[in-house]
Amino acid sequence: MTHGNTSRSTMPNGVLYGGRVPGNVQAVERAVAVLRTLAAAGRPLDLAEIAAALELPKTTAFGLVRTLRDVGVVEQHGTGGAYALGDALARLQQTALDPHDLRSIATNWADALAARSRLEVLVTMPEPGGARVVHHVFRPDDSAQELRTGDLLPLHATAAGKVLLAHAVRTPRPTELERYSTRTITQRPRLDAVLRRVRESGWAGETGEFHPDEAGVAVALRGYGGLVVGAVSVRGPIERVTGRDGRPSAGLLDLVRSTAHSISRAVVT
Amino acid sequence: MSYVAAIDQGTTSTRCMLFDRQGQTVSLAQREHRQLFRRPGWAEHDALEIWRNVQRVVPQALAQAGASERDVAALGIANQRETTVVWDPATGRPLAPAITWQDTRTSELVDALVAAGDAERIRRTTGLRPATYFAGPRLRWLLDHVPGLRERGEAGDALFGTMESWLIWNLTGGPDGGIHVTDATNASRTMLMDLTTRQWDDDMLALLGVPRAMLPQIRSNAERYGDCDSLLRGVPIAAAIGDQQAALFGQTCFEAGDAKCTYGTGAFLLVNAGTERPPDTDGLLTTVGYVLGDEPPVHALEGSIAMAGSLVQWLRDSLEIIPTAPQIETLARTVDDSGGCTIVPAFSGLYAPRWSQEARGVIVGLTSYVGRGHLARAVLEATAWQTWEVVEAVRREAGIDLAGLRVDGGMTSNHLLMQMVADVLDVPVQRPLVSETVCLGAAYAAGLTVGFWAGLSTLRRNWHRAASWQPRMDPRARRRGARRWSHAVETALLAARPDDQDDEDD
Repeated sequence: MTHGNTSRSTMPNGVLYGGRVPGNVQAVERAVAVLRTLAAAGRPLDLAEIAAALELPKTTAFGLVRTLRDVGVVEQHGTGGAYALGDALARLQQTALDPHDLRSIATNWADALAARSRLEVLVTMPEPGGARVVHHVFRPDDSAQELRTGDLLPLHATAAGKVLLAHAVRTPRPTELERYSTRTITQRPRLDAVLRRVRESGWAGETGEFHPDEAGVAVALRGYGGLVVGAVSVRGPIERVTGRDGRPSAGLLDLVRSTAHSISRAVVT
Repeated sequence: MSYVAAIDQGTTSTRCMLFDRQGQTVSLAQREHRQLFRRPGWAEHDALEIWRNVQRVVPQALAQAGASERDVAALGIANQRETTVVWDPATGRPLAPAITWQDTRTSELVDALVAAGDAERIRRTTGLRPATYFAGPRLRWLLDHVPGLRERGEAGDALFGTMESWLIWNLTGGPDGGIHVTDATNASRTMLMDLTTRQWDDDMLALLGVPRAMLPQIRSNAERYGDCDSLLRGVPIAAAIGDQQAALFGQTCFEAGDAKCTYGTGAFLLVNAGTERPPDTDGLLTTVGYVLGDEPPVHALEGSIAMAGSLVQWLRDSLEIIPTAPQIETLARTVDDSGGCTIVPAFSGLYAPRWSQEARGVIVGLTSYVGRGHLARAVLEATAWQTWEVVEAVRREAGIDLAGLRVDGGMTSNHLLMQMVADVLDVPVQRPLVSETVCLGAAYAAGLTVGFWAGLSTLRRNWHRAASWQPRMDPRARRRGARRWSHAVETALLAARPDDQDDEDD
């Protein structure tokens, strides 16, 4: 670990925001400085010590360290106690959110979504090979259904998968786009166009692309800092998900969106 | 009239919910109250604080739904059972802190009843085996310890009630004409009621030295007790039912043999036992399931499990091997089985069907092979096998074979546990879409009373399956598991040796 000035980071080649490379974000630099200060100290530091070490006003230091605590990289020993590095940094490579925590958080919202939409509800998390189903609520019509918890859904052929793919950083894109039905998107350029639209609109649809007679709608679940941690989706027979124009109704979209919003809010609290 | 309101006065919080005609949740407001632990073994609530919380959550639930009391067809009340309140009818002030169902201060009193040979008489009359669990001994303790209470009680200047009585009395005017009633399910948990006649029993009143003048009138679970006086002014109070019975009703377990289990801190399994009073059993409590107006009573068999979710909390808080309760599933799924170890969580004895206050927790089968994943799995298996023991007692002692089990409570989000329950019981396990089965049950009973819902078949159509787990355990593995569990429980029963007991007594 270097202790001099942080070197100017360069943006990845070819990625331009609004046509210009922005300068460094001061808050990020300061946050990293707080982490380095805590790492170097070798013991918990109180707020005054952190502020003094970085020559920051106490309110600024407090805002930084409280945010770092809330996102889990800094631990506080008791209310008003001293701060130390949390073990989340060491575990950054692991999935930040536990699938069973997500299920427990999502259960009530997912039940309400199933009750109002009369469709089955899936909560999924991204894995390299697909969208892993971590929670499933049956379509509330008492027809024979099987619990699909643990299933892996194809990323390119399901609404949930497309949402995860559209916001993926680490999920490798499928190199081979397997065909599940005549409507499965198997062309790379077409998939890229669809994913662009998903990013713009905030939701993904699916019409007969996985099972020929099923459709679905999915919206991303976001954790700290807007990081996409999963997706919530509804699925059902095509005619119960989409209208005559082939699109889901505005009412259904609102339901899925507000459910995703509620679960996301619960994930970060 | 668009909604039915329900109040669930629970152990940790009080909530109010509104339901629409489809039985769907329209709004929910909730407020926690303080848990008072003034001495070891004591657990109390402030009944006035709880009444104030009711006065807060009811308007909140109305506001959330954009509704007024004119939109509410009826109010139903579900409550923590066996929690005991005594109050002054002139002022409406409690005369002592409410003693909750978890409080064990009556253990000497109960031991004395057993030692005097009264257990069989009590069971024959009330369907209950004497335990610290029930309200009657608590009332006796209060009569013995609150100065002047007995005299006031005899003169009608002190009233007794469980939480639903306290709330109905306050809702109907309190000191200004409040109605003093209880319902058959709550009364069946006092150890003072004759389970056959569903009336206070003179013999039991004499045994516990309780003045009849302070007791509420016992009514059915679904009838119009009275109308709300200020809060929800004019709305009929049309149901009162103990929380576990409310869950049975909310799960629409209307046929004999229908069963539900609520997996929370502990677990409560109730089976609809039909309209005839079931024969007394060694392992289960016989209790009132529900009584709808003038209809014949429906009885229930109850098997309570002391530790379910609380064992997971122990893993999280005391052993610190999981950071959150749901992550026990993550850890348990890292292994295929419990590595040969079995945990019997008899931390403060065992409830149904063993009923041993002396048993203590054990982990058997430890080898150096056993790791945290195996322990996590053994914790979940303990809940599944405890459920199995209760279901076995239902089969063996009451001759009822369950065709399935309806589940609710926080632990139903643990799918591995639910699969284990289906596997060891060898029946399908189903979770309903409305998880708030306690509130729903109280709302259903109230709605039936005022004709908001036409009948039980309407309610049954409102029940929808949100998930189901099918048994897929090899019968031989099930038999082996059952033997292993039974052996481990025997060890737990041996764990408290008599000389340890002597040490504890000084």
